[in-house]
Amino acid sequence: MKRLFPILAVLTAVLLAYALYLALVVAPTDAQQGEVYRIIYYHVPSAWTAFLLFFINFIASIQYLVSRKPSTQAAAKWIVIAIGVVGVVACFVPQVQALLPAGMRPSAVATTVLLIPIFYFSIGRLFPGDRLDVLAVTTAEVGVVFCTIVLVTGPIWARPVWGIWWAPGDIRLTSTLVLWLIYVSYLVLRRFSSSAETQMLAAALAVFGALDVPLVYFSIWFFRTQHPQPVIGGGGSMDPRMLHVLVISWMAFLCFAFLVCWSRFRLELLHREIEEAHAMESLAGEGVASKASLPLNRSPR
Amino acid sequence: MNGIRFLFAAYIATWVIHGVYLGSLVRRFSRLRQELKEVGKEK
Repeated sequence: MKRLFPILAVLTAVLLAYALYLALVVAPTDAQQGEVYRIIYYHVPSAWTAFLLFFINFIASIQYLVSRKPSTQAAAKWIVIAIGVVGVVACFVPQVQALLPAGMRPSAVATTVLLIPIFYFSIGRLFPGDRLDVLAVTTAEVGVVFCTIVLVTGPIWARPVWGIWWAPGDIRLTSTLVLWLIYVSYLVLRRFSSSAETQMLAAALAVFGALDVPLVYFSIWFFRTQHPQPVIGGGGSMDPRMLHVLVISWMAFLCFAFLVCWSRFRLELLHREIEEAHAMESLAGEGVASKASLPLNRSPR
Repeated sequence: MNGIRFLFAAYIATWVIHGVYLGSLVRRFSRLRQELKEVGKEK
C-alpha cells in the first residue's frame, strides 16, 4: 500500500494540472459573468467534496455509536435497509414526486438515498472497531479544509458578480457557515476534551451536525436565495463543455481528498499507537495511578 | 466585467489553504516520528 501512495500522488497531480488547464483554457467564457465564473471549477468541486466527507463522517459516527451498543446493531442494520428501499421506491411514486421542488430530478434523490445503505455497509466492513472513529476524525478535518475553501472562494466570486462579498441572511451562505462552525467545534471538542467519553460525544455531535448538510444542499430549492441554481440534479442549464470541465475538476479534487484523507488516517493511527505505548509504559512503571489516565482519545496536535 | 484578479485570487487562496493544511500534516508526522523514536529508545 505504501508503494501505491507515490504513484497515486503523481497521477492526482497530473489530473489536477489537467483540470486546471481545462478550467482556465478549454472551458468557454461565460457570456454574462466573463472570466470570473471559472471560480466554480474550484468552488463547486470543493463543496461537493466537503459534503461527501461530512456524509462519510456521519455514517462512521453512527457506526461507531452503534458498535458501542451491540444490542442496537441489528436494529440499525434493518433501519438503514428500510431507509434505502423505502426512499428509492418513494422517489418514483407520483404523489411523492409532486412534493419535490421544481427542477429536482427524482432519480437524483433516489441515488442520494441509495448511498446511505451502500456507505453504511461498506464503511462498517472496511473500518472495524476503533478505526471508525479514526475515519470520522479524518473526514471531519479534511471536510473542514474543503468547506473553508468554499467559504473563501464564494465571496471572492460574489464581489465582482453581486457587488458584495457576502449576502447577510442568505440561507445558502448562512447554513454553509453554520456547517463549517459545527465541524470546527467538533474538531475543537476532540482536540481539547480529555474525557473518556470524548469519542462518543464527538460522534453524537457529528450525527446532529450532518443534518445541516441537506439543509445547505436543498436550501436553494426550498428558499429564496441569491445563490445560483444547481447545475447537477436540478433544472440547471449549463453548457455541456462547462459541465464536462466541472466533472473532471471534481474527479481531480476527489482523488486529492482521498490522498489527504489517507495521510491523515495514517497520522491518527500513528498518534494512537504512541499514546498507547506511553500508557503501557506508565502502567508498567511507577506512579501507575497518576499516569494511567493519559488522554488516549486526543487528536495529534 | 474584468474578474481575472478575482479568479486568480480564488485559485491561489485554494492552494494556499491546501498548502497550509498539508504543511501541518507533514509537521505533525515528523513530530510523531520523533516521539516514536524516543519511545523506542526508552524501551
